[in-house]
Amino acid sequence: MGENIFVGIATWLRDVMSSAGVPDLWNDTILMLVKLVTVLVFVMLNFMVLNYMERRIAGFIQSRRGPNRVGPHGLLQPLADIGKMLGKELYIPKSVDKIVFLLMPTLIFVPPFLIFAVLPLGKNMAAIDMNIGVFYMFAIASLSTIILWGAGWSSNNKYSLIGSMRAVAQMVSYELPLILSLLGVIMITGTLNMSSIVEAQNNIWFVFTQPIAFLIYFIAGIAETNRTPFCLVEGESEIIAGPYTEYSGMTYAMFPLAEFVSMIIISAMSTIVFLGGWLAPFGWTFIPSWLWFFLKMYVMIFIFMWVRWTYPRIRVDQLMGFNWKVLVPLALANIFITGVGMYVFRAIGWWS
Amino acid sequence: MKTETYTLNLGPQHPSTHGVFRIILELDGETVVKATPVPGYLHRGIEKLAEARTYTQVIPYTDRMDYMAAMLMNWGYVAAVEKLMGIEVPERVEYIRVIVGELSRIASHQIAIGAMGGDIGALTAFTYTFRDREYVIDLLEMVSGSRMTFSYFRIGGVAADLPDEFFPATRKLLNEIPAMCDEYDDLVTGNEIFQARTKQVGIITPEMGINYSLSGPTLRGSGVNYDLRKARPYSIYDRFDFEVPLGTNGDCFDRFRIRIDEIRQSKRIIEQALDQIPEGPIMAKVPKVIKPPAGDAYAEIESSKGVYGAYVVSDGSPKPYRVHFRRPSFINLGYLGELCEGWKLADVIAILASIDIVLGEVDC
Repeated sequence: MGENIFVGIATWLRDVMSSAGVPDLWNDTILMLVKLVTVLVFVMLNFMVLNYMERRIAGFIQSRRGPNRVGPHGLLQPLADIGKMLGKELYIPKSVDKIVFLLMPTLIFVPPFLIFAVLPLGKNMAAIDMNIGVFYMFAIASLSTIILWGAGWSSNNKYSLIGSMRAVAQMVSYELPLILSLLGVIMITGTLNMSSIVEAQNNIWFVFTQPIAFLIYFIAGIAETNRTPFCLVEGESEIIAGPYTEYSGMTYAMFPLAEFVSMIIISAMSTIVFLGGWLAPFGWTFIPSWLWFFLKMYVMIFIFMWVRWTYPRIRVDQLMGFNWKVLVPLALANIFITGVGMYVFRAIGWWS
Repeated sequence: MKTETYTLNLGPQHPSTHGVFRIILELDGETVVKATPVPGYLHRGIEKLAEARTYTQVIPYTDRMDYMAAMLMNWGYVAAVEKLMGIEVPERVEYIRVIVGELSRIASHQIAIGAMGGDIGALTAFTYTFRDREYVIDLLEMVSGSRMTFSYFRIGGVAADLPDEFFPATRKLLNEIPAMCDEYDDLVTGNEIFQARTKQVGIITPEMGINYSLSGPTLRGSGVNYDLRKARPYSIYDRFDFEVPLGTNGDCFDRFRIRIDEIRQSKRIIEQALDQIPEGPIMAKVPKVIKPPAGDAYAEIESSKGVYGAYVVSDGSPKPYRVHFRRPSFINLGYLGELCEGWKLADVIAILASIDIVLGEVDC
């Protein structure tokens, strides 16, 4: 029960449309649109949950209460916040590059949504099950660097400029260990398709066979999402809000929103690649696959938040040093060891 | 490739300048080439205002200097006037002053610790220290009826005796202080990233510290053993057994760490004072209208930020002819510009936080 609820709806929709005489091409197009809109709604709903969750967890860690006034237990707080943000004036400072300035908060959402199209959120539940899914994801994810850079540059503010310079340096550098850490898994599975990577973990999750890779991925993932201890891009106590300094109202809200979405993506990716995706541990298949996926994803998100509210911020030169001197060599060593291991295991016949 | 330095105006409105403080930074990328501190945005002319008030009316103004340790600010001024008038303060008053003064020091150091954690990025440290500071503030409220600007000291005594419930409440707090300090150590001091951010950053050598007349934890972080409470005991500090925590490297980390240790030492002092406090009057024999004889007097105390002195000149009238305050925050800032050179933008914030300034005191 529940296992096939979403897949079932899709099949039912397709059946209804074909029995109504809709041609196959139209049928596919409509179905694809429905899937993408679902992804959109899913992301927005998740954002609400995450916003509330982040603040409650922050409150819990900081021995205070967090939002608890709007709605039961403050559950409607995110809605109230969005309402407030929408009501704010969109102030455009005189000296900004108007077109770029207004374009960037709009564009910041595009890469995360594009990535969501290929994430398998449950068994057979990827909107598009792309055969180069992992590659596609990284290719798209690196686009947000340009957008942050554009936001900082067009603001014509030195704090914004410093922030966006940091964003470019940080995100370009940390992409390297992020990708390299996944290479070990890709070598073992021999595929870039996310669903196949999940299926390959039927016996054992990759977090156990590739623990170093998981650690590197986790650290680089925090850096990619610009969260503490790598929140240099915003660096509130140093550069106010980094590239977002000049933004106000909804244009500002778009950036933290996109940050949440990319946090979902990083968590979802770690679930898919390392934590067995939708596979049920201990054979507990009575919980539907998509629920397993969310459970694992939210555990990861919780750890992200936990780290965020406990750690101080690292400095910019230490950030670079840590990346190039520790993470990248470690990731390369991991690839090497994985390769040697695969060769040896094949030679002695433990693994084919 | 041609490169240029650029000017970044850090403040006066900035999240981590602890008020309205401005530093004009000349940056090469993120490295500071030149730093010019510009104080003065919170100048209210307290010294000038004091000339138009009676001696007692000046006390509330001193509260507004270092509002994080307002009791200590009262103390320095009151001590100067008492010295000028030759008033002998009753025994009990001295003990009360030591107790509330040390409580104030604890509250002030808690803010310094939390604010530095917050500036480095560990916002949780901020909430933890503020949570604990509440207990200290509750005690001071019990004593004075106010939570921040106490105006509790009077020339020749204090405004009111300690209430009975103050003693058990204080002892309860003192029992919790070691656990509090350990918690700060666990959360912030021991953190790898925090240490990486603060160790060997913004080093003040003992020579430079003395040359720039620094004082308080900022100086003692460099290993200079100069605490007025020990070096030149005022009030009754010679009766207590306590240590002066000292740093070794003079970096931001040492300045941060010794503040936590000072809280532990303050706890020891308060404990002893509570044990020894005698019964007696809370006010010396002071005339109704305070009219010190013509002359001048300078008294200094060890405030939470450093050596705080008050210089009072009297012309024999009921109003001071001139009042001047030696504000440790302001003098400790003198070295900031030179200290910041060569460090990264993020280090400037750490250095500023480690000096622990209060803008009310800097600009007076």
